[in-house]
Amino acid sequence: MNPEIKEIDKAIMGCLQDNIPLSMRPFRDIAEKVGLTEEEVIANIKRYREKGWIRRFGVTLRHQKAGFTANGMGVWRVPEPEDRERLGYEMAAFNEVSHCYERPSFDDWPYHLFTMIHGESQEEVEDIARRISEKTGVKDYHLLYSTREFKKSSMRYFG
Amino acid sequence: MDQHDRDILNIIQTGFPVEASPYAAIGEKVGISEQETYDRVMKMKENNVIRRIGATFDSRKLHFTSTLCSAKVPAERLEEVAALVSEYPEVTHNYERNHKYNLWFTLIAESEERIRQILGEIEGKTGIPPIRNMPAKIMFKIKVDFKFKDKKNESRN
Repeated sequence: MNPEIKEIDKAIMGCLQDNIPLSMRPFRDIAEKVGLTEEEVIANIKRYREKGWIRRFGVTLRHQKAGFTANGMGVWRVPEPEDRERLGYEMAAFNEVSHCYERPSFDDWPYHLFTMIHGESQEEVEDIARRISEKTGVKDYHLLYSTREFKKSSMRYFG
Repeated sequence: MDQHDRDILNIIQTGFPVEASPYAAIGEKVGISEQETYDRVMKMKENNVIRRIGATFDSRKLHFTSTLCSAKVPAERLEEVAALVSEYPEVTHNYERNHKYNLWFTLIAESEERIRQILGEIEGKTGIPPIRNMPAKIMFKIKVDFKFKDKKNESRN
């Protein structure tokens, strides 16, 4: 854990890692729980965002229910190491791509770039992948779909 | 879900107001009362359109480390192995995927040592072939927001 993060910070961020209190005054409820004023809690949360400890503060949707039914993990072979960063950013620029990373490759796993592609159907995901391929010139790619979800949770960093 | 709901979601996906009366602030932007905004959000929470209202942390800035792992598991043992993997609180996502590497999971832990320890335990307990550990070399993008347009124009940003 980052040593800059004190016990009171862990207590406050611990109240934000699942759901905030589902009341009209969530920050007052957190303040009562951790023993600070509402203003202090609000100021602290703003500080955590400025520090970048909190990357995002808002709602997470159940995409299935909100119309995003298909997601495919696109994996892309980019043999030349010096091309990967440029092509990674080109792929990341697609709105339908939520996550994009370079990861290590192996003899039986020759792919270097990973993109999570979201669409309303598998056909749409395939279509987006074709567009990414055309735009970047990366022809050797593969789409993996999740066929079963065993676990999907948020990491609990604070107790 | 009507237009007010979509407007609310578009606002609170990126930024839930960090102020004393957040629902009043959202309602002001959407053009409805604090009470109606609150009721609509609670209804979407109950209906599971909203999975969670809270913070997403930057694991690196908290000094945690994360990775994506893949494993080759015999089909008849997939459920058993997946259940064992899911038991670790450090495993946040765990999926079957259509590939010979058929089990894919993400791990977040305080150290790379802890990650290696977990993978070693899983391998030891299950006897499956070595698990692939593929931490990101470069992160180009993480985005979890999806824009909702009105019904006439279903395309997204």
